[in-house]
Amino acid sequence: MVETTSSVTKAESTPKTKHFKSRKRQKKIGKIITYILLIAISIILISPLLWMVFTSLKPMNEIVKYPPTFFPESIEWSNYTTTVNAFPFFHYMKNTLFITFFVVLGNVVSNSFIAYGFAKISFPGKNVLFSLVLATMMVPGFVTMIPQYILFTKLGWVGTYLPLIVPSFFGSAFNIFLMRQFYMSINNELIEAAQIDGANHIYIWSHLMIPLTKPALITIGIQSFNGAWNDFLGPLLYIHDEDMYTLQIGLQTFQNQSTTQWNYLMAGATLVMIPTVLLFFFAQKYFIEGMDLTGGSKG
Amino acid sequence: MATTSTSKQNKKKRWTKKQKKDAWWGLLFVSPFIIGFLIFMLGPMLFSFIGSFTNYNLTSRMEFIGLANFKRMFTQDELFWKSLYNTAYYVILNVPLTAVGSVLLAVLLNQRMRGISIFRTIFYLPAILSGVAVYVLWMQLLSPTSGLINTVLSWFNIQGPAWLFDPVWTKPALILMKLWSVGGAMLLYLATLQNVPKQLYESAEIDGASSFKRFYHITLPMITPIIFYDVITSTIGAFQIFQEAYVMTDSGKGGPANSLLFYNLHMWNKAFVAFDMGYAMAMSMILFIIVLVLTFVNLKLAPRWVHYS
Repeated sequence: MVETTSSVTKAESTPKTKHFKSRKRQKKIGKIITYILLIAISIILISPLLWMVFTSLKPMNEIVKYPPTFFPESIEWSNYTTTVNAFPFFHYMKNTLFITFFVVLGNVVSNSFIAYGFAKISFPGKNVLFSLVLATMMVPGFVTMIPQYILFTKLGWVGTYLPLIVPSFFGSAFNIFLMRQFYMSINNELIEAAQIDGANHIYIWSHLMIPLTKPALITIGIQSFNGAWNDFLGPLLYIHDEDMYTLQIGLQTFQNQSTTQWNYLMAGATLVMIPTVLLFFFAQKYFIEGMDLTGGSKG
Repeated sequence: MATTSTSKQNKKKRWTKKQKKDAWWGLLFVSPFIIGFLIFMLGPMLFSFIGSFTNYNLTSRMEFIGLANFKRMFTQDELFWKSLYNTAYYVILNVPLTAVGSVLLAVLLNQRMRGISIFRTIFYLPAILSGVAVYVLWMQLLSPTSGLINTVLSWFNIQGPAWLFDPVWTKPALILMKLWSVGGAMLLYLATLQNVPKQLYESAEIDGASSFKRFYHITLPMITPIIFYDVITSTIGAFQIFQEAYVMTDSGKGGPANSLLFYNLHMWNKAFVAFDMGYAMAMSMILFIIVLVLTFVNLKLAPRWVHYS
């Protein structure tokens, strides 16, 4: 691969020989090749999304045309109103937002709370317990899914949103890890000073730590919004009443009903993707921090 | 801070008291995790373990039938082997391809060039998209006659395959879809690459090392810990493949010639369509063992190729 990480100043300090000149040209060519590669890959990666939007705007006669064209010849905005009416989009959106709100709340509060214990309080068995947190990442969800379903059946929670919401209030390994990393960057003296002033850990957590860890909380909030908004497996397993469907289940049902009416299907897919894409463009920083294993050091 | 005024003796005495108190506070703070672990993970796993030796069907029946579920799985259920084959096929291709793809993209992005952050955004965007909308989009992209992929192939006079309708091409189609979102792992690599000391490259360049040599001898060793982490998590992730196949095969029917009947899809059908829960729990135990063994093998092999600085 082409690598141009070296600095120009260093190269200039070497004597200007023929060898140096050829290397400079080589570097320029390398840069051009890199740009060509970057642009080509960008086109490949972005064209599915453009194609989706373009297809969603095509009238039916263009959809059935062979071979298909990339750009729509005429734009049919009414595809969107047709789609929104074909499956109760806004009703499903309301359901999805309801679940998402509580999942985000649960994730932000519980992981912040749990990670404070792991990062800032010393107690016997802490390291063993934290290893257990990390070990839970290695257990595939399908291993616990069936007994969980049985448990929720016995509790009478199947057919309600509770199985989708309640587990998020007990923390999740990756987020505990992420929050703990962030807490580690906060000076302990702050906590000690507050304790001398008579504050207990609950007070310190809720009044001092939550404001200080805001970037990490936003990261977790955004990640869990995305997770809940796009969750298909949970609602598929637990929600059977059509009135309670989420957007993901609604879109899947819509797909089953209108197999090749691609303009409507692409309009539906576009509408469902919009919140994630908007969130991504306005809060990209937090998406990237959510991926960063070593991160959280920028307090 | 304010503590400096108290004498050393006092401080020591207060610490031990504080330690005791702290133990209770610590347990209080981590208690949601402990409770959640017991209810949603350890309890279910124990139940699955016991349930795998029964003929439980969610209503009343729960008799011990010994190893009958496992015997049936290994000797009578052809779909079990089919689903295991499909999953192995997917894991073996998906894990290395995404690892190589994301490393290459990260290396390409790890340069001081104008506009590089725009490319980073574009490369990462598909990775944040997930769920049914993505699957529906790809069903259209992969459509044999009206899809984007075969349309582009036809510009070069190539007759594209029938993708999701041809048992030979269904799994490659899915792997292709997954490759679209390599941006997630790419960011992990990129963050590590940006921590590689620049002097290393500079001195290597002065010594006349080619860019391939620099990649092989400097970049690659530096990112092996991340490759290791990525391979472990993406192997576990790849074994979870379910939603894609469920949506793309008409609510879990398995696709042409059951070519998309993945392990979890088969388990799902047994558990929630046939309500053969004892059998499905036995399947989940086998899945757990497979993942456990693979993770263990990964851990054992790690010292041979992972460099820790």
